[in-house]
Amino acid sequence: MIGAWLAEIGGPLLSGPPWRLRGTETDIEMNQHVTAERADPIHIQPTGREDVVRLVGLKRRFGATPALDGVSLTVQKGEIVGIIGRSGAGKSTLIRCLNGLERADSGEVFIEGREIGRLGERELQPLRRRIGMVFQHFNLLSAKTVEENVALPLKIEGRPRAERMARAAELLQLVGLSEKAKAYPASLSGGQKQRVGIARALAARPALLLSDEATSALDPETTRSILALLKDINSRLGLTILLITHEMEVIRSIADRVAVIDAGRIVEEGAVWQVFANPKSEITRSLLGSIRPQLPPEIASRLAPGVGAETILRIDVAGEAARGALLSDLAAAVPGQFRLVQGGVDHVQGQPVGTLFLAVAGAEAAHLAQVTTFLKDRGARVEVLGHVAGPV
Amino acid sequence: MSPVLFELLLRSIWETVLMTGASGLISLVFGLPLGLALVATDRGGIAESLWVNRSLGAIINGFRSVPFIILLVALIPVTRLIVGTSIGTWAAIVPLSIAATPYYARMAEVSLREVDHGLIEAARAMGGNRWTIIREVLVPEALPGIVAGFSVTLVTLVGASAMAGAIGAGGLGDLAIRYGYQRFETSVMVAVVVVLIVLVCGIQWIGDRLVARLDHRG
Repeated sequence: MIGAWLAEIGGPLLSGPPWRLRGTETDIEMNQHVTAERADPIHIQPTGREDVVRLVGLKRRFGATPALDGVSLTVQKGEIVGIIGRSGAGKSTLIRCLNGLERADSGEVFIEGREIGRLGERELQPLRRRIGMVFQHFNLLSAKTVEENVALPLKIEGRPRAERMARAAELLQLVGLSEKAKAYPASLSGGQKQRVGIARALAARPALLLSDEATSALDPETTRSILALLKDINSRLGLTILLITHEMEVIRSIADRVAVIDAGRIVEEGAVWQVFANPKSEITRSLLGSIRPQLPPEIASRLAPGVGAETILRIDVAGEAARGALLSDLAAAVPGQFRLVQGGVDHVQGQPVGTLFLAVAGAEAAHLAQVTTFLKDRGARVEVLGHVAGPV
Repeated sequence: MSPVLFELLLRSIWETVLMTGASGLISLVFGLPLGLALVATDRGGIAESLWVNRSLGAIINGFRSVPFIILLVALIPVTRLIVGTSIGTWAAIVPLSIAATPYYARMAEVSLREVDHGLIEAARAMGGNRWTIIREVLVPEALPGIVAGFSVTLVTLVGASAMAGAIGAGGLGDLAIRYGYQRFETSVMVAVVVVLIVLVCGIQWIGDRLVARLDHRG
């Protein structure tokens, strides 16, 4: 153990040029990386697919409890993929497997085509320099100024001081904190600290950015600005982002695809708007509960089977189906009275996703069948929730 | 106080400062790496090795449990081996250093252990090796505590050096015993106590100022 440690201390002197991953940058830096790739015999050529991350059957146990129970997931270049789950679902373990901070018991982790699960600590070090990470509690060094914090990944890479400081200034400009370069992190607000954290994660021009609950310690307004910054970085630099969160709002704001994790398994995965429109698992519905329309509890408690003055329907409609004049067409085609009790249309990834709670006068089976058939023909999902005795 | 006694007082101050300073520096040079080793080899540390950790801990505890006056005498052969003599100021620096090093190692260990594990994880995520973690994270983040621990160690050494009079090391404690107590020179006793108070307050004041300047934790 001590021997390995001493060998590591001597590392920078003894090791050859570190191998490099394909970078995402398009500037002059790129040329250096290309040269490094050609010169380095152990570099594995990309497979041609644009998968930045590919996980295959990842498993990890802590004692008797499985933290990861066979996770497979692919993240493509330029994508923002969100992993959502309750606390203890295995999110943190999963994201830490991607840069080798945590080791899987079995399964494979490919980062840009290279399997990293069996790499030793010293082989992982150059790889980690190509993966930026943002943390919930920022993890800024209190003894270093903002610019020294941002420049630290480059110092670790052994870049000259002038280059480090120039890059730090550039990144602080990007995150809008140029005037805080000489300040210490303790004097910053939470949102500013996370901006520094993001700038630091970008310093070494990573191919992948990991975000570990980056906004969970921030207030809603700051959360929005941090998410906007991440989205902006994604579109401007084409940076691939994998984030974990327990808040659907975060997924809705910036993710392209979402994977829902529960008890160490991915229970649902897909484009964000599609998962929002049609959640398949109970856990997804529950996580969506806070940001999707729900039947108010005072009405829900009065629902009863059988007969009543009004029938409450839940209508889910998304995409093309949500763009038409659904309600007026319904009123024109089917006789009777319809009242909107609760609901609305949200726009996720530019797609309308609507949930409407409709009260239909009466409780006649034939009439209700007519209503549901009409709505289903228009591509909506309809659920008869029950009946209420009086008007709600 | 006669001019002769005054000259004796000045010489004693110098001897105390020399003993405290030299053994303080030696304890810093050996104690800080020892403290780092204790933190690094512990469970979950950056160079986890429990048998090394337990062995180091046992040795440190062993030295720390021996009263200084006994260590002073017990180490005479070692002192003679290193300095060539077992009598005098330089000879006292050996047992003082050997007593202060494990003491300071524990002080440094406490400060280093308080460094947030998230910072170490962040440095690992950036691709840092253990040396990077020590140089960029552990030591700079624990520096206020490392400095505060050093001033406490120096103050303790001022007290311990008084006992070194037992092996003819001189110093303020020796002066107070031989002149102030045994020869009833009350003025010497008072002067020694005043000088010691000034010395200890001075060390603490400088230490506190330095800590305040180094601490950016807000």
